[in-house]
Amino acid sequence: MATLTIDGVQVTAEEGQTILDVALENGIEIPTLCSHPLLEPYGACRLCVVEIIRRGWPRIETACTYPAWDGIEVNTKAPQVMEARKVILEMMLSRTPNVPIIQDLAREYGITEPPFPAEAPDEKCILCGLCVRTCHELVKADVLNYSAQGIERRVGPPFLEKTRQCIGCGACSIMCPTGAIEIVLEQEAVYQEKPLGPTSAVWVPSLQAIPRVPVIDKDSCIHFRQQDRSEGKIDDACMACQMLCEVDAINFEQEDEIIELDVGAIIVATGFEMWDATKLSQYSYGQSPNILTGLEFERLSNSAGITGGEIVTAEGKEPERVAIIHCVGSRDHNAHEYCSRFCCMYSLKQAHLVRDKTDASVYEFYMDMRAFGSGYEEFYERVQKEEGITMVRGRGASVEVLSNGKLRVKGDDADLGELVHVDVDMVLLSTAVEAPHDSSEVASMFGLSRKPDGFFAEAHPKLRPVETNTDGVFLAGSIQGPKDVPDTVGHAGAAASMALALLDKGEVVISPQVAIVDEKLCSACKTCISLCPYTAIAFVDEDNVARINEALCKGCGTCVAACPAGAITAQHFTTEQIMAQIEGLFRVPAEVEEGVKA
Amino acid sequence: MSGNGKDFEPRIVGFLCNWCTYSAADTAGVSRMKQPPNVDVIRVMCTGRVDPTFVLKAFVEGADGVIVSGCHPPGDCHYNNGNFKTFRRMPLVEALLAQYGVDEGRFHWGWISGAEAPKWAKLVHDFTEQVRELGPLDWKQQLESKEE
Ligand SMILES: Cc1cc2nc3c(=O)[nH]c(=O)nc-3n(C[C@H](O)[C@H](O)[C@H](O)COP(=O)(O)OP(=O)(O)OC[C@H]3O[C@@H](n4cnc5c(N)ncnc54)[C@H](O)[C@@H]3O)c2cc1C
Ligand code: SF4
Ligand code: SF4
Ligand code: FES
Repeated sequence: MATLTIDGVQVTAEEGQTILDVALENGIEIPTLCSHPLLEPYGACRLCVVEIIRRGWPRIETACTYPAWDGIEVNTKAPQVMEARKVILEMMLSRTPNVPIIQDLAREYGITEPPFPAEAPDEKCILCGLCVRTCHELVKADVLNYSAQGIERRVGPPFLEKTRQCIGCGACSIMCPTGAIEIVLEQEAVYQEKPLGPTSAVWVPSLQAIPRVPVIDKDSCIHFRQQDRSEGKIDDACMACQMLCEVDAINFEQEDEIIELDVGAIIVATGFEMWDATKLSQYSYGQSPNILTGLEFERLSNSAGITGGEIVTAEGKEPERVAIIHCVGSRDHNAHEYCSRFCCMYSLKQAHLVRDKTDASVYEFYMDMRAFGSGYEEFYERVQKEEGITMVRGRGASVEVLSNGKLRVKGDDADLGELVHVDVDMVLLSTAVEAPHDSSEVASMFGLSRKPDGFFAEAHPKLRPVETNTDGVFLAGSIQGPKDVPDTVGHAGAAASMALALLDKGEVVISPQVAIVDEKLCSACKTCISLCPYTAIAFVDEDNVARINEALCKGCGTCVAACPAGAITAQHFTTEQIMAQIEGLFRVPAEVEEGVKA
Repeated sequence: MSGNGKDFEPRIVGFLCNWCTYSAADTAGVSRMKQPPNVDVIRVMCTGRVDPTFVLKAFVEGADGVIVSGCHPPGDCHYNNGNFKTFRRMPLVEALLAQYGVDEGRFHWGWISGAEAPKWAKLVHDFTEQVRELGPLDWKQQLESKEE
């Protein structure tokens, strides 16, 4: 450890620190344009010059490259330092007279006009080399470098030409202090391809995410992109986040893993998926970026989203008129016949959000309003009366993209008894929700059945709303049918208590519908042994009979039907009982027969 | 009961597994789907429990048609693979019935999941009409007259 003084204050420094590092750590400001905590010091801009007195000898040095040696004295504001910085800034301003950050710095040092006429007044590059070092040290793409000497010196790719070596990550442009680098993408940026997805390469999917930790989007992360491009050869690109994370939480090696657990109960809560709105072409979904589904609008208006929660059209302008169309794909014989249940209320909420955040007029096309929950009807009243939303009762029939980019929404106004239309800047489709596409796999994995609408069936619609026909498997939330958050939470709470009750008991109640072997009749043929799906039948050599473990038997009866000796009985479904049922069907009781004859 | 043509009301016995087709039939009923009243349902836990003799017994007792229906293979059977056993057994039942001279149109076996209530209602309707077309089987009377 070293002890030194900066501007008369005694400070300590770790091995390897520069004067700039120590000064910044102690809140002493030194101007700099070319240093960055992730990059090796370079001393190119020379703005960080300070006076250093070592062994009595004063000299002017760049703080970003000078080691914080023991015993030295540093003056960051000595008159000769200020004079040196002024000269540097005069040169810079003459080279780049129109760059705001340089103008501001120059003004701080009393320079108002560039002392020399600019050769190229549009020049923005100050040749600090941050971009070159970023591309070399961090991105490891080595696209940028200096070329030529003296006043001809430039930075850029080889021969200043476009190169495929550039991965378009934009890191150089972000690092450049003067905004000299503009990224012109020939393909759309990764973020734009995923409008609801990541807003940067490390992102927290939503502010309410649990756990609320950032994840790396491998498609835009420089580290992973370089690894991919070089087929693993460049495995140390960027890692800026790792260098900056103080608690060392970033692990690039982390992989998806399959974890196997033995559990006593399972709650299936796979929810819903959005129905594909392109299936009803009259709504023109996909033909204009300003036709959004309800879910896309949620993302747009979310403060963690791409616009930081601002409601703007794809052109970046605040919409003047917005139309919301209910029941798109719901209550429709050409799509889903059921009501998706929560879209009425979220549509009203979205109307409210538009009114709250913009001055746009809102036109809401609805067939009828399903304001079923506590306080919902009151909210419906409020948005109409206080927020001035125009409600059009009738199905929104179509959306047409006009040549000027506006969207024409047509519908049937049942109150006026006529067709109406309105031209708007943004259309929100309250699209139906449906059971997730892989529901049949999930259902067969857990032995669950589904209802005609595709959602999962509970054991009884009124009396057993969270249980299923498979012991120990429960349903929670929209998997059982569209539910809003309060209903989902209630349902999930019930499922959790059912599961806990099961676990807490420590024992399971099994059905008495099990099979038993009449050992006197068993001929030891072993037919049944391999048939049992639960391996509940064992052959007992000492006694030369098959025996069923009642705790394992589920009572399917397969072995009963197969036993050639008729030795197995399915309790409650015995052969005699079934035969008697068949007979019973065709035996007309005497009094009925009498009655018919009489 | 017996008769010909339009007056004839066939008697059909359905062996349905508890978890799939029985629940479809239940849903069809609860949802008040229109279906002819000709099918009498006998519930078994799994179609794997359906012993071929049940089918023969139903015909012997006077059924004009028989349905065996359970969960879709491969994975829907509540007992993993009871339906596979059905899949192997039922062709044998068909062969047996053919030898007894029972028209193949009188026996139906297949799969209807709990979610397919409309499919059940349609099967009941179509199968009833099919058996009505075939007329009464009258196995019971024939057997009884032979015994005499
Ligand atoms: C546009 C829109 C706006 C809404 N606004 C509101 C509102 O303002 N207020 C309100 O109360 N409700 C609102 N809702 C309803 C709310 O979204 C639902 O109530 C809620 O999401 C239901 O929660 P869930 O857990 O049942 O299902 P989901 O939220 O769908 O969660 C299911 C989860 O399971 C995961 N999953 C699916 N399949 C699998 C699988 N095979 N393996 C592992 N994981 C799987 C999914 O990725 C998902 O994370 C809105 C819904 C929409 C579409
Ligand atoms: S909740 Fe409203 S918008 Fe959604 S399907 Fe039902 S009626 Fe239509
Ligand atoms: S009834 Fe089914 S589960 Fe029970 S022993 Fe027989 S085959 Fe196994
Ligand atoms: S439980 Fe339905 S066929 Fe096995």
